[in-house]
Amino acid sequence: MTYRVGQRVRVAARPHEGHHRTPGYVKGKTGRIERVYASFTNPETRAYGEDGLPEQRLYSVGFAHGDYRLYVDIFEHWLEEAE
Amino acid sequence: MSHDHDHAPIANSDEPAAAARARALEELLVEKGVLRREDVREGIDWLVSRTPADGARLVARAWVDPEFKQRLLEDARAAALELGLDPGPSPVVVAVENTDSVHHMVVCTLCSCYPRALLGPPPDWYKSLPYRSRAVSDPRGVLTEFGVELDDDVELRVLDSTADIRYLVIPRRPSGSDDLTEEELAALVTRDSMIGVAQPELRLLR
Repeated sequence: MTYRVGQRVRVAARPHEGHHRTPGYVKGKTGRIERVYASFTNPETRAYGEDGLPEQRLYSVGFAHGDYRLYVDIFEHWLEEAE
Repeated sequence: MSHDHDHAPIANSDEPAAAARARALEELLVEKGVLRREDVREGIDWLVSRTPADGARLVARAWVDPEFKQRLLEDARAAALELGLDPGPSPVVVAVENTDSVHHMVVCTLCSCYPRALLGPPPDWYKSLPYRSRAVSDPRGVLTEFGVELDDDVELRVLDSTADIRYLVIPRRPSGSDDLTEEELAALVTRDSMIGVAQPELRLLR
């Protein structure tokens, strides 16, 4: 599914063997869609010489953390809808 | 010196481990036909030809031309092309604006993603583990060490460029710079201010 700006999302907590671009410090954390970017080839397969298709939608997800906010770019297949 | 056994020639004993690894990787990729040596050469030539002066031109134009700033915020690639600058290959550059109420700083916690086309090679500290970990765990402390003190009511946003987006910060225009030309303004825009860890300051220009 495509998320929209303002929507609450949770980053999947699943472990992943091999190259991926979802930092461990946001796994399992709930944030907010700040920006919806274009779709890009998937680094998890592209890193191993494949074509990276299908492309994955990229989002800027904002997380409140103490007295600042973290904005992390997360691919759609790492996001889950949060209530 | 004579040898009674075979081993690979040691090119340079002072070579750092990372450089040796990169060289070994290059050898392998060339040998396997993935890359040509000229590709590596051209890539390095392109990278070292880039400087923060290009990013500074974008920022200075944005400071003097609000409509250009809007275009830069909407599509940094198109804005760079408009000034005749090379926005580089595919990674998408996104510009974010620091204001009186919001301050952005950029990190790549996973490696060293950076808007190289517009800022040149990243500084060593940007690639260091301490910066990459502390930027997301203690950003105010990091900013203090860089000499930036934010007011309590300023929202601090740390942008972790984990994927295909490269972030360019448009720093705040220094107060008292109203009479400066666009070129003089560009000279105030430092590399670090476009990463969001410094604030351009009005210096004596002559």
